[in-house]
Parts: sequence; C-alpha cells; structure tokens
Amino acid sequence: MSTLGFCDLSIAYDGVIAVNGFNDILHSGEWLCLIGPNGAGKSSVLRAAAGLVKYSGSVAIDQKEIPATSAKWRAKHIAFVPQTPLMPENMSVYEYVLLGRNPYIKHFASESIHDKQVIEKVLMRLDLTQFAKRMVGTLSGGERQRIVIARALAQEAPVLLLDEPTAALDIGHQQQALELVDDLRREQGLTVVSAMHDLTLAGLYADRLVLMHQGSCVASGDAQTVLRSETLAEFYGVSARVHHEADGTVVVIPQRANSN
Amino acid sequence: MLRATDNFAPRAGTRVAYLSLVSFALLTIAVLVGTMIGPAGPQWWRVPIELANRLPLITVDSGVSPEEWNIVWQIRMPRVVLAVLVGAMLSVAGASYQGVFRNPLVDPYLLGVAAGAGLGATLVFTLRRSATENWLIDPLPLAAFVGGLVAVFATYMIGNTFSKARSSATLVLAGIAVTSLTTAVQTFVLQRNNDVVRQVYSWILGRLSSATWGDVRLILPYVVFSCGVLLMHRRLLDVLRVGDDEATALGMNIRRVRLTVVLAATLGTAAAVAVSGLIGFVGIIVPHTVRLIVGSSYRRVLPMSILCGAIFLVLADIPSRILADPAETPIGVVTAFFGAPFFLLLLRVRKNQA
Repeated sequence: MSTLGFCDLSIAYDGVIAVNGFNDILHSGEWLCLIGPNGAGKSSVLRAAAGLVKYSGSVAIDQKEIPATSAKWRAKHIAFVPQTPLMPENMSVYEYVLLGRNPYIKHFASESIHDKQVIEKVLMRLDLTQFAKRMVGTLSGGERQRIVIARALAQEAPVLLLDEPTAALDIGHQQQALELVDDLRREQGLTVVSAMHDLTLAGLYADRLVLMHQGSCVASGDAQTVLRSETLAEFYGVSARVHHEADGTVVVIPQRANSN
Repeated sequence: MLRATDNFAPRAGTRVAYLSLVSFALLTIAVLVGTMIGPAGPQWWRVPIELANRLPLITVDSGVSPEEWNIVWQIRMPRVVLAVLVGAMLSVAGASYQGVFRNPLVDPYLLGVAAGAGLGATLVFTLRRSATENWLIDPLPLAAFVGGLVAVFATYMIGNTFSKARSSATLVLAGIAVTSLTTAVQTFVLQRNNDVVRQVYSWILGRLSSATWGDVRLILPYVVFSCGVLLMHRRLLDVLRVGDDEATALGMNIRRVRLTVVLAATLGTAAAVAVSGLIGFVGIIVPHTVRLIVGSSYRRVLPMSILCGAIFLVLADIPSRILADPAETPIGVVTAFFGAPFFLLLLRVRKNQA
C-alpha cells in the first residue's frame, strides 16, 4: 500500500529529450495507464521509475524520494515487468521466480527459508506450482507472461510497473493477464502503472489514463475524458470512432481513411 | 499444502552432492594415474603403494628406491598438482566469463586474455628474467595479469562500441582482433630481443612438463583467491542471466558485479598462463560439458567446473607425456585436439536449438 509520485521527471537520451517535466501522483492501489503514440515517452517513464535510465527530477514512494544509489531499496519497492523480458531457456520456473527475491538477499548469501516460502505462495497464487520444474524455454507466451508477473510479485514491492504487458499475447491471454493484475492489485493493494497501446483495453482496466505526447502529459482522467476522437486525431494522427457502451465502456474503432 | 522442500531445489541438491562426490573420486583417480605414468621412475603399480607407505601410521614395503621416489615427488607430483590448479582455474574463469558477458562462446583465449598475459610475460622475459626471478614478489604473474586485464577490457570496449546489443559475434570478433594485435606486438618485441626467443616460445607452448613445486607455490594463492571470489558470485551470475536491465530492476549493481568477476577471473587466468603457458579450449569445453550434466545454473556450473577442469587437464596431460615418448607433446596441442572439434559440435548444437 503505497503512493507513487513523479515530480518534474525529465529524461534525455544523448541530448534528445524523451520525457519533459512529467508530473503525476498515484494514490495507493490505483491503476494508471500511460497511453500515447510510439516515442511519446511512456516506456521511458517506467524505465526511469525502475532505475534503468538516468533522469532529473524525482520519483517518490510514500513521499520518500527513491535514493539514486540504492538499487536494492528500489527493487524492494518497485517491481518492473519489461515489454520483452529476456527468458533464459534452460532455467527452471522455480529458479526464475526465485530471482525476484534478489533484493532481499545479501550480496554473497543465498536464499533463506522465508524466501522459499514466498516463492511457494506466489507459485500457488498464480497456479504455477505444477510448472516449477519446467524449463522456461518450454513455456508458451501466456505462461511466460505469468512467470514474469510471478517474479515481480516475489519482489513483494507495493508498486508494479508493466511495459506493454499484452503486446505479445492473443486476445484471450491479454484478458487473462490483465484480470490477473487487477485481482492482485485488489488483493494486495498494489499501485500499478502500465504502458499500453490498446486503448480499449487501457480504458477497460485502468482507473485513470494519462495521454503522453512528445514527452509530456497532454491529457489525464478516466477513459470517457481522455479517449475522444478529437484528442486521438490530434495526438495519434488517427481517424477513429469512439463508442460509448451503455455500461460506460469506451471502445475505440479505427476508421478507414476513404470510407466516408 | 505443497512446500518448497517438496519442490525443485533440494532434490537437485542431492543430485549435485552425488555428482560432486563422483567428481572427487574421479579427480583422486586421475591424480593417482597422473603420478603413476611417465618415462623413467618406478613401475607404475609401485607408486600407490609407496604413497600409502608415506601416510602416517601405515608401513608397507613398496620397493621404490629414494631416487625413483624423487622422480615421482619432484617431477610428476608438481606437474599433476599444477594441472589440477591450472585446469580448475581456466574452467571456472571460462564459465564466469560466459556468465558475465552472457555469451556462451567466450573463454579466456577468445577474449584475448591469454594473448595479453603472454605479451606481459614476454616483456618481463626481455627485461632480464634472471634478475627478477628472485624478487620477493615475482613480477611474471603480475605482468601477465596486467597484460590480460588490458586485453580483456580492450575486447569488451571494442565489442561494446560496435554493437549496443553486445552480440556473441561482435565480442568474439573483437577478441580475435585484440589477440592478433597483441600477438603482433609480441612478435615485434621478440624480434628485437633474439636472446629470449627460446625461453618465451617454450613458455608459450605450454609447460606443465617443467613444473616445479615453486610454480605451484607461485600460483596457488592467486588460484585460491580467484576461485573463491568467483564462487561467491555464483548466485549473482544467475541473476545476470536475465540481462542487464532486468538484473538492475531486481536490485543488482551490475557494474560492480561485472567488474569484480572480470578482475577475479583475469587474475586467476593470468597467473595460470604465467606458469603454464597457453593452454586453449579448457575454459570452453569444461563448462559446457558441465552444463550438459548439471544444468545451466551457475550455482552448480561454477563448483563443478572447478572439479571437472582439474580432472580434464590432469587426464589431458597423460597423453602429452606418452604420445611422442620420449619427447613431450605440448599439452596445448592435446587440449586443442579435443577442444576444436568439440567447439564446432557446440556451434552446431546451438544452431539447431535456435
């Protein structure tokens, strides 16, 4: 249960500005979804929070600024699921999930019984117990996504970052993965930030959407507010119809350019 | 409720305990055989009896004369012990380099470490070896270490500059470039110092044959220290298997780990190279064979590489004594004879997997 704050976050790669003064505060247990065209800076925000890129400004958890030098402290508070995780083919699922305990293990020590108990619980929760001995290389895309989430859960961090969690999945597994994240968020009070391309799914699961364009936040709010066809036309350069279903779901449908 | 203890790790633990027991037994046998075989000296079956005789509280008559015992103890024994140390060191260094660069094809030789160490050692030879030999700290391993370190960092920097992804090919090609350059400089230096050419070449060809207890004493501290540091990093090498980004996100200081592991592996390799010359392919054959047996977790690969590397080099040293009897076949020739085909096989297997 933790809040997550970004204060004046700016990132530049070789002098090219990727994120320019990003500000946001997530309350505890909130799911924020970053949307925006390719290169808008969504992944960069996540990578900064995960400590993978240099940034100016600050990222804070429960109003405490993350110390720049302690990778372990950060990993105890923020778990990161990258867009295309590197999966060592010949590592067992058990060993893979166990990597999530790294921030709790002293530099040259090995896992304690407590660490192993945490892994058991995580594997049980995600129905992965029967996979424990399988090699990572033998798993399907949906199973791989689940063990990456399991590894993130093993970090027991209150904040979960997901970079394009559904990019490689079919529609059924997309739904399963996002439902799983939502369940976990409710059970454990996780604060979630995800970057997503599928606007309909983003609107369906997130509490709040932030639309990014050229490194800055240009719109923020719930799906009804952010997902408007004028907004999408302006920042994505897309002509799309936006449907409002009776239950409040917002559906974004791309339109053929010459179909009028 | 299913418990972790029913799970994966402990059972693998028993299997590994069993395998290391077998390896220890094999190593003991290899060492025994290594001391039993060779031109001159006592009949082979008398050696273990005499060894038993030398143990406290046991007295057996082996019929080995003191002169014959000298051959066993002063010539064969240091050679076998040196093979144990060098084999263990090169294997564990190879496995560590493979882990830290996340590249299955690197070994101390392909990275240019050995060539760099060779250049460092050559420079010491040209600066009047006789004068430096009796210094308190022998400069030969230190020079080899500095040379090896410079070479491995050059390889790493070049490989990094030309490819952000640090692909297998770029790193290996960079290693080849650095090796060629270093060898060229070495040849140049040798040409200007004709008097040490023979010394240097007999050193390069691998010289377990002239091993003395002095050599063993020289490298023992480096090997123990280096193996110790590398073994302490075995869990961290597993974390590194998911890549730099994810390892960082999991709270690991990858620069520090990478630097420590490279320094330790290079120190040990350079010390081994300083006394044994260039013995290739050990660092690639042994860790990969070990992976086939115990899986690819570095927690098991590193300790098993130490054991199996020692066994491999002790055994490889035996044909090098008897193949061209009474002449010596350089041990580097024996390891390359087995290593090169193995390397090709490995490339083929990996290609089929991909």
